[in-house]
Order: sequence, then C-alpha cells, then structure tokens
Amino acid sequence: MALHKPYQDVPGTIIFDAEQSRKGYWLNQFCMSLMKAENRERFKADERAYLDEWPMTEEQKQAVLARDLNWCMRTGGNIYFLAKIGATDGKSFQQMAGSMTGMTEEEYRNMMINGGRSVEGNRYLGEDGDAQPHRQPQGSAGKKA
Amino acid sequence: MAKITASVYTSHVPAIGAAMDLGKTQEDYWKPLFAGYEYSRQWMKDNKPDVIFLVYNDHATAFSLDLIPTFAIGTAAEFTPADEGWGPRPVPKVIGHPELASHIAQSVIQQDFDLTIVNKMDVDHGLTVPLSLMCGELDPKTDAWPCPVIPFAVNVVQYPVPSGQRCFNLGQAIRRAIESYDEDLNVHIWGTGGMSHQLQGARAGLINAEWDNRFLDRLIAEPADLAKVPHIEYVREAGSEGIELVMWLIARGAMGDVAGSGRPPRLAHRFYHVPASNTAVGHLILENT
Repeated sequence: MALHKPYQDVPGTIIFDAEQSRKGYWLNQFCMSLMKAENRERFKADERAYLDEWPMTEEQKQAVLARDLNWCMRTGGNIYFLAKIGATDGKSFQQMAGSMTGMTEEEYRNMMINGGRSVEGNRYLGEDGDAQPHRQPQGSAGKKA
Repeated sequence: MAKITASVYTSHVPAIGAAMDLGKTQEDYWKPLFAGYEYSRQWMKDNKPDVIFLVYNDHATAFSLDLIPTFAIGTAAEFTPADEGWGPRPVPKVIGHPELASHIAQSVIQQDFDLTIVNKMDVDHGLTVPLSLMCGELDPKTDAWPCPVIPFAVNVVQYPVPSGQRCFNLGQAIRRAIESYDEDLNVHIWGTGGMSHQLQGARAGLINAEWDNRFLDRLIAEPADLAKVPHIEYVREAGSEGIELVMWLIARGAMGDVAGSGRPPRLAHRFYHVPASNTAVGHLILENT
C-alpha cells in the first residue's frame, strides 16, 4: 500500500519526505561537508572539482553551480542542508528563501516587514494566491515577463 | 524531589542570534522584537532554574542524513555550539546534566518512548538562540549560561516527523520522569521553534498571524485538543517549517494541569511579533501554580 501524502496539493512547497531524501542523499551530504571551514575553502577554490568528489547526479551539480535553490530542492535537496551553500556564499536565510520566489532581495524583505505572505489563495493548488504556479516569478521579475 | 515549575515557549530564528552576536539589537528592525523579551530576561533572573530541559530541533547540524533520531536526549557533560557554515556563534559552551538526563532517558524509555541517547553532539541555533533570548548577551569565554541544560532534539526536518499527539504524550512522560528524581531541583522545560514560516519555494515568506495567535490561545487553554491537529494543517496554515510548533506540545504536556493538578498554569508573559527574517516570533511563559 502506498503511503498517504496529503501534502502534495500545497502550492510552491516540497515536503522533504523519505522519497525526496533518497533522491537527494548525496546532494545533502555534500552540503553537510561545508560545515567544515577547510571544505568551504576547497569548494570555493574550485567548485566543479569539489562537486566531482561526490556521487551526485550531473543535474544536482548543475543546480548547485547555478545556485538555483528551487532546482536543488526538486532534485532532493532540503533547505536546512542547502543553507550550508548559502552560508559558504555569505548569504542569510532571508536571502536564500527570497531567491526562491523570483523577487528581488528588497522586494522580499519588504514583504516580510509588511507582515509576510498571506495564506489566502495559497492553501491549495488551483487557488489564485501569489505562490501559485501560474503567478511565477513574483515581484518585478514577473511584471517584466 | 525534582519538579517542573515553569515552561517557556519561543521561536529560535537564527537571524535573532546573528543580530545579538553582531550588536544590532537596537536597530529599528530588531528593537521591537528584543523589547518583547525584556520581561523574560528579568523573569529568568527572578526565577532561576537549576536545570533547563530544552526541546529544540537540529537543523542538519549534529544529524545529517546518515542518522535521523525522532527523539534524542543529550546525556553528555557539555555541548559545543556548532559551526553551521557561518562559523560557531560566540556564546558560552552548554553544560549538560548527565545524571538527570540519564535518569529521564531510563524513565521515559520504560514508559515506552524510544529515545536515542546522545553522548556527543554539537548544538545549533535551535538550542542557543532561545538561551540567548532569555539570558541576554554573554561572553563566550568569561561568562556562562545560568544553569545546566539538557538538550532534547526532535526530528522535524525529514518526514515522518512525530505527531502533535505523540509530542504531547511524551511531555507527560518527561514530567513523570523528572518528578521521580530524588534530588531537589527546580526544572524549566522549554519548547522552541516556529511560529508560522516557510523557507522554501514560491510560498517562502508565508506568515499566518491569525492561526499563530489561535495556536497560542489553545496552547494555554486547551492543549489536549490542540495536540489533535494533524501535520497537514501546520503545513497548509503555518508554512512547511511551521511544523516545528509540535515541539511546543512536549513542554506543554509536562505541565501540572495536564497531569490532573486541577490548577491551570499562570500566564506570566505573552508576546508575538512579525517578522524576524522569514519568521513569525511567538513567546509564552507559563508557571505551574
């Protein structure tokens, strides 16, 4: 019997379950290695060579090199692991989270200061809130498109 | 006999720790948040515990994907603040209480909760930020936290994570364990994490102040009903990382009224603020009466 996954109809959200974890095992373990200062230095000196030391998929490596956290998550990454890449780059959690919305850093920061993103329209896929797939990317990036 | 005199609930946002470590607490952005903890810091001095039992979650720091304990109790003599990638926080090392921790492990496991016993682990912002919020800035070398701390880590990172009901029941077992310890100790139990926040995807930045405040109301007045809320409601209403709030139910389950004292806890302090970075900050102090 398949496990019940009631969380798959939440827009803009990937729940890190056993399936995602299996897919992302080496990607996330690579991230863990960045908790050591000497590994951060080696990664920064030659990112590609450092990534090639890990049995990650080519797509996972490309996602890391592109610093595309949504892409990393689709390939099994988890935000608390991926945060080690951001830390290596000197980025805050807010900069990392904001980067996944398409908003500029300032736009995202202002959204948070104004009380954050509303849950209205963002509870179920198929509603019309700002986190729904048909409304991406957000902020000025979306207006230009 | 040891007894639990109070429970403390607070968010543990890493940016709060960074604001303190970098001396930014008086900036306009942070001032209202730290004002909400002024009462708490005085309360900590006036109600100094002998031991803090601190429920938190590890954020891919001590536990990688190699090992994922659902509930882990720290029985070591001391715990080092971790390097999470930005370098370790400049805060004092955390002194444990191996005797009480081992006693709780034995009692709670015999009450049918399968704890993982941890004799070596670094502790991340989930544990050190609540201590900083409640105790203020301390020098990492010349100062110390006010008392020993027993770290209790809950897996809320990889599903399956424990249910609110499981956490609430566990809190009751922890209370029984503490009350069966012979030495006279004044113990605080803290539940940390939350409140509403989502750190991922197009829905990043979600905040639900109405739901959060209802959670605070219910945690105070009707925790047994609140414990029945399923995971999916936390995710849908409070964001994917809002699931951390199940940890508050461990601390609440350890309060005397749940064990049938007939006396509801006294609400000493309540505070709510948006935002700290990506997150809604909630904070309660409940005293057993």
